[in-house]
Amino acid sequence: MAARAPISLLKRALFAALLLGATTGAASAVDDQAILAAKPPAKLSAFGFFADAPRQVPAPGVLPFAPATPLFTDFAEKRRFVYVPKGESAAYNAHEAFDFPVGAALVKTFAYEAAGRPGGLRLVETRVLLHQKKGWQAWAYVWNEEQSDAELKIVGAKIPMTVPLPDGGAQEIVYAVPNKAQCKGCHELSGEIVPIGPKARNLNHAFDYDEGPENQLLRWASAGILVSLPDMTHVPAVPDWLDETAPLDARARAWLDINCAHCHRAEAAASNSGLFLTWDEKEPAALGIGKHPVAAGRGAGDLKVDIAPGDPDASILVYRVESTEPGVMMPELGRSLTDARAVALLREWVARME
Amino acid sequence: MKLNFSAGALAFTLAILGAGTSWAAEVRLAPADGTEKLIETLIMAEEGDTILLEAGRWDIADGLVLDADGVTIRGAGAEETVLSFKGQTGSGEGLLVTSDSVVLEDFAVEDTKGDGIKSKGSDRITFRNLRVEWTNGPDEKNGAYGVYPVSSTNVLIEGVTVRGASDAGIYVGQSQDIIVRNSLAEYNVAGIEIENCFRADVYGNMARHNTGGILIFDLPNLPQQGGHDIRVFDNSSIDNDTPNFAPAGNIVGSVPMGTGIMVMANRNVHIFGNRLSGNGTVHVLVAAYPNDYDDDNYMFVPRGVFIHDNSYGEGGAAPDNEIGELLAERAGTPIPDIVWDGVTRIPEWFTWVAAENRIYVKEAEGTTFANAKMISHMLLPWETSPDRDIADYEGSLPEPAAVTLPQDMAPDVEG
Repeated sequence: MAARAPISLLKRALFAALLLGATTGAASAVDDQAILAAKPPAKLSAFGFFADAPRQVPAPGVLPFAPATPLFTDFAEKRRFVYVPKGESAAYNAHEAFDFPVGAALVKTFAYEAAGRPGGLRLVETRVLLHQKKGWQAWAYVWNEEQSDAELKIVGAKIPMTVPLPDGGAQEIVYAVPNKAQCKGCHELSGEIVPIGPKARNLNHAFDYDEGPENQLLRWASAGILVSLPDMTHVPAVPDWLDETAPLDARARAWLDINCAHCHRAEAAASNSGLFLTWDEKEPAALGIGKHPVAAGRGAGDLKVDIAPGDPDASILVYRVESTEPGVMMPELGRSLTDARAVALLREWVARME
Repeated sequence: MKLNFSAGALAFTLAILGAGTSWAAEVRLAPADGTEKLIETLIMAEEGDTILLEAGRWDIADGLVLDADGVTIRGAGAEETVLSFKGQTGSGEGLLVTSDSVVLEDFAVEDTKGDGIKSKGSDRITFRNLRVEWTNGPDEKNGAYGVYPVSSTNVLIEGVTVRGASDAGIYVGQSQDIIVRNSLAEYNVAGIEIENCFRADVYGNMARHNTGGILIFDLPNLPQQGGHDIRVFDNSSIDNDTPNFAPAGNIVGSVPMGTGIMVMANRNVHIFGNRLSGNGTVHVLVAAYPNDYDDDNYMFVPRGVFIHDNSYGEGGAAPDNEIGELLAERAGTPIPDIVWDGVTRIPEWFTWVAAENRIYVKEAEGTTFANAKMISHMLLPWETSPDRDIADYEGSLPEPAAVTLPQDMAPDVEG
């Protein structure tokens, strides 16, 4: 009996899988096998994430989302999507990214506004995070000129292009598509690849769905993507960093949280710096206030502390966010330009600090 | 019984070896294969792989990352296989290793924009016969660290050469169980720096023409602090005569040109059998952390330092920067071979320092010494002169056991 039990269990599992396969096949165009495959498909279209890829219209079962404050990536527009296999869901977490089930996918397209293109967008790359049994896998796909499909680039890519700026101008850059190792550079927590954006605090605001605006967490819960969502009064929220009606401290901390804290926290790549910039961090020295750098090298410039309260010009943190020089600029990856609005925000934050 | 056991063990070993060779690959790359191929090979590397880099020069525009365990990257020699990052446009370092049981040997990394070769969170990491160099010579625009293991365990650095680092040539930070030996550090701000580390043996190295030769530091507000059990022996720290070119914000920016060996904070540090000569400020300096800090868990004064059986040549005649001037003002010029700033915790200043926390010196006759008594000097400047009597510091401390590393044992001993 004991020896047979696993076989009958296996049969039942197989039967369940068949049933599940049939249901998901009917409800969604997403290919669950492509998400779970040992080797990633060469073309993005193989996943079936999009009903209309050039216009970034998702397939059924794929939900768009946006964080309140985004990572800065040379002014790229981003389109983000979440997919969770039918019958599965992510578990709520108050502080970290939600605990997604195996088979889940997070999809993020980087694009620039371009009149005359379908959807008004020039698509550059789409990054996917695929949750497999052995952990999250990160891959980048680069869009072809016709914008009909995107191709897997394991080693990343450097794409010279002219990009529009928020002030109406344009700028020539070499856009950097990350290689697989660089993906992990930011998405690493305690040695494993993890998502960064889908945290409660980042999603706790209304998103403009086709059917109208709705709080994303409530929508995820009603769509079955998220379970164990507590009473909304207990759910944290970061503001939109550009929302001038929000408190200055919260705006600056929201920006630092999403732009810096994936590395600058005790469990991640920049742990050895002792500079920790997560939203939850309360220790002034860990936030850099009056803190001497340890391994900043010339990244410190001629400055002595990460944050000198009241003196942005004497603050290494401001200096490195402002720089575009490799070895000095922060973050190290993902940008070649400075976001002057972010620099202005951080300057004001430090200037008003006592 | 004994025979059976040995046969079984042998069979087991063979099985492991057999299994290992069936999937471990040896990949040979030449510069003509291109950088993209090199990046791809590193990304797709699997446990047990050896990546052989043939002689020649790679021009690499981006940082390299190795994240697979058990990989060896081997060049054709530190002068033959050169990874040049002169045109680097991104990343904080040339090569970053984030995995375990990695061996890097016989190649060079040149002109990175940030650090040279970094390992973060690696266990059993070996840097052997490497060269990391900024080819334009000392310049504050050079990267900070040459060979840079941090938050790592079981670190072996041997036979490496580092030149031109704007912070430390060989820098081991917040790591545990470390050997740095038979290496050359020259024309850096700090030659060799061990910072916030537990259990390090630094021996058989040559540190010359840096600003400071060998630094043993401990800093506050870091995930790992309270550095302890450090042995610095049989090194040469000589002619450290390169003006300090570190960017001002860095702690090494305050190190005076011509510092031989410096201990700042840390517990149980043993300095012996070293050759010190031609260091214009001071051969051996033992000091407290000088800056303000906000950290209740930090011990800012050195606890237990034993300095013995070193040899001292010319030195101390050309004190550099405000620290050098202060030492000269307190201890006279030439500055004595060994200077302790004399800073203790304030309660200790009123009473005494426990035996295991004191500074002990046992050197050949003629060796000069001064306790600068800086606290007394600040509190009672009119009546405090330095204590120059080396005999007052007689005594010793039990020496920590030699550091042993799993990757540093003969094959017949391992396993």
